[in-house]
Amino acid sequence: MSGAVSGGPKLRVRNASKVYPTRSGDVLAIDRCSLDVEAGEIVSIVGPSGCGKTTLLWAMSGLHGLTSGEVLLDDKPVKGPNPEIGMVFQEANLLPWRTLDANIHFPFEIKGTKPDRLWIDELLNRVGLEGFGSRMPRELSGGMQQRAALVRALSFKPSVLLMDEPFGALDAFTREEMNRLVEKIWLDAPTTIVLITHSIDEAIFLSDRIIVMSQRPGRVASIHNVDFPRPRSLEIMATREVFELTNTIKMEIVGGQQSRYAAQDTPVPAPAA
Amino acid sequence: MSETDAIPEFKRAGPRNEVGLAGGMSALAAGPGIRSMGEVLAIVLVAVVIIGGTELLLNIFAVPQYVLPKPSEIGMALITDFPLIAPHLGHTLIELFAGFAIGASVGLILAAVITQFPFAEKIITPYILLLVTTPMLALVPLLILRFGFGYEPRIIAVALASGPMVMINAATGFRRVDRGKIALARSYGASTLQIFWKVRAPMALPMIFVGLMVGSIFGLLTAVGAEMVGGGFGLGNRLTSYSSMIQMPQFFAVVLILSILGILIYVLFFLLGKRFASWEA
Repeated sequence: MSGAVSGGPKLRVRNASKVYPTRSGDVLAIDRCSLDVEAGEIVSIVGPSGCGKTTLLWAMSGLHGLTSGEVLLDDKPVKGPNPEIGMVFQEANLLPWRTLDANIHFPFEIKGTKPDRLWIDELLNRVGLEGFGSRMPRELSGGMQQRAALVRALSFKPSVLLMDEPFGALDAFTREEMNRLVEKIWLDAPTTIVLITHSIDEAIFLSDRIIVMSQRPGRVASIHNVDFPRPRSLEIMATREVFELTNTIKMEIVGGQQSRYAAQDTPVPAPAA
Repeated sequence: MSETDAIPEFKRAGPRNEVGLAGGMSALAAGPGIRSMGEVLAIVLVAVVIIGGTELLLNIFAVPQYVLPKPSEIGMALITDFPLIAPHLGHTLIELFAGFAIGASVGLILAAVITQFPFAEKIITPYILLLVTTPMLALVPLLILRFGFGYEPRIIAVALASGPMVMINAATGFRRVDRGKIALARSYGASTLQIFWKVRAPMALPMIFVGLMVGSIFGLLTAVGAEMVGGGFGLGNRLTSYSSMIQMPQFFAVVLILSILGILIYVLFFLLGKRFASWEA
């Protein structure tokens, strides 16, 4: 799959490192992460909490810079917020004082462009939110709010969608429904998607590739290809192959944590007198 | 779409960390809502019993007027002496409006500016707290010494009393904005100014209304207090004057006017809050 202008990867992260200065000294959040995302590919990033997944995603979106390394979108460096990139945040992140329609128009207001109502209506229709435009966010369920956030992110037709644990706050059933919705939208029009998740099931269900990150400082520990046919039915998700892949990834994440605890338990050698 | 999705889930969006002096918008939202006829009847009945009972008790025990006037006497004084009191009400309102307009504007601007600079905020906040906790009435004798017995010392006192109150609540409002919403706006390329007007300001609005309400009530308090300290006009001046002449019905008529003024201020900001910040209630 290669739809990028230059024929190279759509999104490319090269040797990305980021240091956060804190009270107790500098913290290396991610360490020389490199990954390529092909056009139209869905890539998930999983890893233990605090491993720098969000740091990496925010760097990809241009929301913050890197200490070293670079992010390339269509071979051009990402230096700041980019109209080609749509973000879906943890929780729906709707503005509570705006109606659903006004929330979806928010990106256009900021950019000073006219919203494409036809496309927005089609999106609302596709996610089952037609007729809810005048509702306030608090009148919508968690799932509906997150679907509205999805419409908002897709409303200006970005070529890359970055999702930061988008469904973490939803219950398991709503979450599966959202996963099927993302799959459907993607099957209709394959967008490049990078998804951060804590759920290995979600990662396997949606991804072409899964990137496992190590304990902090986050490094790319391993990359798994997920070749199951789409749409991924319940039957496919119940096969031994999926089960084995789930376990492999789980072992990598948990195993990394165990080794960290083991390292902490080693007695510190006494300083030379 | 599943059935369960159609059921609105009244989940509170956004953070709830209002720690201002007033307890957030709930202070406003807890006000009166639409009532049924029965409730209205009960409210009127209770009022009649209290006022009528007071009238009756004062009659039975023959309490002299200079100790406590009867409600009917207060009512009569309010009607007959209103032309005499009205100009003083005007003076108090002028002081309140002018002082509050100055104090609230400065307070709002300061709150908007300092919350953008956490370092400056840390340095300024102790002084603002000092201004909030110091009764500005204490400065009135000094202000009179400097500015005389006109409007000026009173307007300054009202501004000093209401401004910090507006500021501290508004600042709490401006601080409420979470990283996620700022990141959202930034991801579309929003400028600092756009983030302020489209994210910070709307988010702060409920707390701003709380600040305006508390600030204006404090302003009224200070205006009346300042009038009692010195100067020949204003409702506060009437209170000292009537009490020194033991004109108790007139005295209580002025107290009643002040109560009504306070309630009107409360209702005004309650309605404004309901209109512009109902998303939070």
